[in-house]
Amino acid sequence: MRSTLSIALTGSGGAGVVTAGRVLLDAATRAGWYGLLRRSSGPQIRGGESAALLRLGAHPVDCLDDHFDVLVALDWGNIERFADEIPLVATSLVLSDPSAGAVPAAIAAKGAQHVALPLRELATAAERAPENMVAAGALCAALGVDAEHVEACIEALLGRKGGDALTAAVRGARAGAAGVPAACADLALPAMATRPAHRWALSGNEAAGLGALRGGVRFVAAYPITPASELLEWLAPRLTGLGGALVQAEDELASINMCLGASYGGVPSLTATSGPGLALMTEGLGLAVAGEIPVVVVDVMRGGPSTGIPTKSEQTDLDIALNGLHGDAPHLVLAPVSVADCAFTTQWAVHLAETLQAPAIVLSDQALGQTRVVTERPADVAFLTRRRVASPDQAEYRRYAAGGDGIAAMAVPGTPGTTYTAEGLEHDERGTPSSSSGHHARQLARRTDKLDRHDYGPWATLVEGDGDTAIVTWGSTCGAVREAAARERARGRAVRVVAPRLLAPARHGEVDGASALERALDGVERVLVVEQSHSRQFHRYLRAWHDLPRQVRCLARPGPLPIAPEEVRAALGDWSQR
Amino acid sequence: MSTVETAITLAPKQYKSDVKPVWCPGCGHFAVLNAMTKAFSALGLPPEQVAVVSGIGCSSRVPAYTSVYGFHGLHGRALAVGTGLKVARPDLTVVVAGGDGDGFSIGGNHFLHACRRNLDMTYVVMDNEVYGMTKGQASPTTAADWSASKLTPGGPGMRPFQPASIAVAAGATFVARCFSGQPNEIARVLVEAVRHPGFSFVQALSPCPTFCPEQKEWKHVVRPFDAEPTDDPAEASRRLQADDGMSTGIVLAARRPSWAPSSGGASASATTIEAIEAEIEA
Ligand SMILES: Cc1ncc(C[n+]2csc(CCOP(=O)(O)OP(=O)(O)O)c2C)c(N)n1
Repeated sequence: MRSTLSIALTGSGGAGVVTAGRVLLDAATRAGWYGLLRRSSGPQIRGGESAALLRLGAHPVDCLDDHFDVLVALDWGNIERFADEIPLVATSLVLSDPSAGAVPAAIAAKGAQHVALPLRELATAAERAPENMVAAGALCAALGVDAEHVEACIEALLGRKGGDALTAAVRGARAGAAGVPAACADLALPAMATRPAHRWALSGNEAAGLGALRGGVRFVAAYPITPASELLEWLAPRLTGLGGALVQAEDELASINMCLGASYGGVPSLTATSGPGLALMTEGLGLAVAGEIPVVVVDVMRGGPSTGIPTKSEQTDLDIALNGLHGDAPHLVLAPVSVADCAFTTQWAVHLAETLQAPAIVLSDQALGQTRVVTERPADVAFLTRRRVASPDQAEYRRYAAGGDGIAAMAVPGTPGTTYTAEGLEHDERGTPSSSSGHHARQLARRTDKLDRHDYGPWATLVEGDGDTAIVTWGSTCGAVREAAARERARGRAVRVVAPRLLAPARHGEVDGASALERALDGVERVLVVEQSHSRQFHRYLRAWHDLPRQVRCLARPGPLPIAPEEVRAALGDWSQR
Repeated sequence: MSTVETAITLAPKQYKSDVKPVWCPGCGHFAVLNAMTKAFSALGLPPEQVAVVSGIGCSSRVPAYTSVYGFHGLHGRALAVGTGLKVARPDLTVVVAGGDGDGFSIGGNHFLHACRRNLDMTYVVMDNEVYGMTKGQASPTTAADWSASKLTPGGPGMRPFQPASIAVAAGATFVARCFSGQPNEIARVLVEAVRHPGFSFVQALSPCPTFCPEQKEWKHVVRPFDAEPTDDPAEASRRLQADDGMSTGIVLAARRPSWAPSSGGASASATTIEAIEAEIEA
């Protein structure tokens, strides 16, 4: 029996594809399985076609599989726009209603088996039940999920709509369960023990929001942008509940500067945006560097440049996040290695920004932010260090004078005897503006050293496995890379996976002249670099900052199609067989 | 009003730092700085309870010249910084200061929205109708035919920006104009502005002797508004529309609630991280 099952649901706007996907994921969760749900939608605000891409399994899953086992088309509206996002093989099943028309060429060409699922007829017979619930009910039954779970999920999701809509949905799911086509007989997943405790269901955007709160963020200012808005919408009521505040700013120039004002006031602050907003924030991030004001920016990346592909994923803000600030402006850049890890990495980013009095950029992306996973409860690491605060009533308070670790004590307004002016002009140790070469050199060196010398602990680089072949990747592509490596290991071939969670400062953790990343590659002879960028931004970053082994290959291509595990294995080719 | 007024008595000069201003002799900004420290003294504000926030420009240098908390940020972004600070720290008295270029050109959008938000803070613009720091280019308040800048040889050729009218239209609840030749009057207006519970905007006409020597004439032209302050924004708009921009005094002092972080919405009832995490349980 298969250990994971991949299902794509498609339909035009209003067909209820995403709701059906949620029912499927939630019901499978209740039955004890893990899973993920990734959304793909077109540019329309409402009424556009969309796809719910699911993978369910007996173990946690962090990426979509290479192909789908089942495609259920609620209708065929604009299916050609999704065709390349739904790879099918000869054993895949395509379930559709014959009354919705023949299977279109874009799908038929994939050579899968076509199965009739008379959605309209079943829905009509069930007193005009919604067709998406008929489909969800049929799939749940085929998987072997108890009807009781399915109905509980429908109630949790649609309960708000109340009475008629809810009972119609339940009728639909029952009709679907009764009408499962015979061809779906072997879709069942292995039965799991009863639903375990402490399993979480959340999207990367929600996880990042949780990480922010765990890290102590109590002020957020932001301007709406896809695909980051949900992070902000999730945070708004929860921040208020915790006694914090979220301001919808007039633009991103305002959001970053509002955050700096709040942080200067002593309140840990964060904003979330996507590429176009990050571009507008870069001057403000430079001020955070010069004035040494902690702040975190979560950039949920999408296809660029310009407005690009706003609804779909790409890993192409790496260059601007690393190098987009003017002047010599050392700062922190971090990237989560999975959907659930958005929580830890964002929490850690807040901790580092506060401790090091510097801005931190967290590079999430649409694939992480808008994918919902069912996972084990992510670890909450209790970080001890916090912002170093100046003690009151100092005879001669010097805001920008520091001890050995390069970190100065930051006075909180309201404290007597430590008034100072936070300064974006170059300054002396007191903060008084200065254009002297000596002050410039000393402040630059201190701002650089405090980041370089910090002990980032075991979290800075993810290293899995060993051997002399390594795959080096970052961010959302980690999921497919880790699965590819696991498949290689299952075939008896050693593969190491190395993924920096901390991208800048790049040469942190140097020991005897070797960076943390170089040490993670100790003994490696061959490196495959995997990233979702046409211009190989990550590969260039690695080349610029680190010594790599002589044999390097690169699997780099633009979004929005996700990189699949078998694609990574193919790029490894004969390497790992040695 | 959240301003902490106490019985402490500090002389105006105790609100000044030992940093020497970069300003030219005769610059109107000196008088605004003096008025600011006088107002803090008159209000009896503990220095640590006040934050002066600014952007970039000659006028924006003002925080370092005071002994209160200061923030010298980016060109045009002072109001955004002040907004974040005030929302996060409502207990502080926040005074944002800067120039006409900083506030009405590069920072114009923040000006509109700060007026709308009506947070309890004060915004002082030292309006010299020129970009002083970058050596004499036209600003939004420069006359259309002012031809002294090489950048705009025939003059900017646009109707000057009307800060006070726009502040009223955008929703500021306290609007005043003063002149740096009358420092006591600025101090008096600033005291009222800081006490006002909402967004108070003070346009301080502040001549630039270096790039606009013709502004020496201002002292002969300014005169008080011929009416008492109104609490009606429509009336304030009418007065300002009919004015040539040289009348001084408080025009508008109105009441309207300040923006506050929204309460309510799903999950606002969770008051601990643990409660929020419990919602995520699958
Ligand atoms: C983003 C940015 N653009 C341009 C500048 C250059 N600049 C510095 S001050 C200034 C104008 C200042 O004029 P104003 O705000 O009227 O103040 P004043 O110097 O007249 O007091 C400009 C354009 C800058 N610092 N930052």
